[in-house]
Amino acid sequence: MAIYSTNEFKGGLKIMLDNDPCSIIENEFVKPGKGQAFSRVKIRNLKTGRVIERTFKSGETLEGADVVDVEMQYLYNDGEYRHFMVPESFEQYQIDDKTVGDVRIWLKEQDVCTVTLWNDAPLAVTPPNFVILAITETDPGVRGDTSGGGGKPAKLESGAVVRVPLFVQTGEIVKVDTRTGEYVSRFKE
Amino acid sequence: MQTSAVDIAWRPTCDFAALQLRAKLLAATREFFAFRSVLEVETPLLAPTTGTDPQLAFFETHYDCGLEQRTLYLQTSPEFAMKRLLAAGSGSIYQIGKAFRNGEVGRFHNPEFTLLEWYRVGFDLPQLMVEVAQLFDCWFAPYRPLLPTQTISYSEVFKRHTGLDALCFDFETYAAYAVAQQLADAVRLCGHEHSVWLDFLFSHQVQPHLGSKHLEMVYAYPACQASLARLNPQDARVAERVELFLQGVELGNGFFELTDAQEQEQRFENEQQLRQQKNLPSATKDLKFLAALQSGLPSCAGIAIGLDRVLMLLSENKSIDDVLSFSQNRI
Repeated sequence: MAIYSTNEFKGGLKIMLDNDPCSIIENEFVKPGKGQAFSRVKIRNLKTGRVIERTFKSGETLEGADVVDVEMQYLYNDGEYRHFMVPESFEQYQIDDKTVGDVRIWLKEQDVCTVTLWNDAPLAVTPPNFVILAITETDPGVRGDTSGGGGKPAKLESGAVVRVPLFVQTGEIVKVDTRTGEYVSRFKE
Repeated sequence: MQTSAVDIAWRPTCDFAALQLRAKLLAATREFFAFRSVLEVETPLLAPTTGTDPQLAFFETHYDCGLEQRTLYLQTSPEFAMKRLLAAGSGSIYQIGKAFRNGEVGRFHNPEFTLLEWYRVGFDLPQLMVEVAQLFDCWFAPYRPLLPTQTISYSEVFKRHTGLDALCFDFETYAAYAVAQQLADAVRLCGHEHSVWLDFLFSHQVQPHLGSKHLEMVYAYPACQASLARLNPQDARVAERVELFLQGVELGNGFFELTDAQEQEQRFENEQQLRQQKNLPSATKDLKFLAALQSGLPSCAGIAIGLDRVLMLLSENKSIDDVLSFSQNRI
């Protein structure tokens, strides 16, 4: 794998740090006029998601990490693993719940997600920014209320619970922003 | 149509307001020194030697004039040439010009930058600091007045923000502090080098707090960071060096200048040795500068200020790219 020096540390670069794959968020060059140059680097550990700050001397190097983002279609859940497929190659990956993490509540069969692979092993799953899901359970709204003020919880087919306006009923299909977990609109086919 | 990165790559990095502000700042600076009868000078950017400071990387160029082939260096600072003028009897002088430092690029760095450097014959460091405060007032008052300038000694400000004694290095104490502050990298990076520890802790823990709404002058640097300053005759643990900070950004560095040629030569040789130890390109000591010191540099105080950074803070920008016509990534 390639070796990167501090002056090549840019946002988005994937490197190995303490044996974990990491992504560089930002790199600040710090140098007193008369003194040692440092790079202060904000780094996200791609395994844990934690953000840490580290300092390097100018010119220090880190090994690159073989991390790629691949678009994959979510196929099904067999109870132990969730199965994904690369549409172009039909190559399949099985991913355990721990790796999928909190985003599992947004996964709907057939949807195309981004799967982050490290040395070809799944590291994380990112759902589409917007998903279209059916409501499986919500309290009946008050008749005639179309204002949307207030809102109520609604359970979606994928397992997520979001707040929806009072007029939205069980069985309806809604569009949700997965980054904020917020209802966007009703969805009409 | 969408504008691609290539389409705008020819355009200036800064806006026209920044160009106008630069022109006004330069005019105000020249007026400031003309009023005080300080002479404006220019010295060569290309010279056969340059500074030996192991922390500064230089640009090498090739001079080709038929039989005369030699390496010339772009100057990292006009200091040596200006001191040769002082030794020749120029009296107080200033210069606004470019300086070059290889590999320095970032939010506060561009490898080619504008430096204002001046020397006051007969001034000591406190006198120079008064003049610096006046110049900052002249720059900032029309745009964003600063609160009164403050001064503090290095060891005092270091103690205030870290609790450590800057003048007395104790590896265990420094390392324990770094680990407790989640700066464990320091132990690996600094080892047993006092000066590197000071650079690390000062830049991480002290500097961000300096000069939130006022110019902060830090003086009496530890002797291991004397650079070209005299040591204090009353207390050889500290050097007569001052640094300027505003909003956590380092803006300038000044000295009560070292005039002792022997001591200067010794410092050059130490730096050359350090370069060798660290496998850095070797740097020849400037013999003409040493000869000038031998013939006699008048007692003087001098300072260099990074004008691009001053402009950046004056216009409340986040990066010096915002005040450069064409920054490194646009040349």
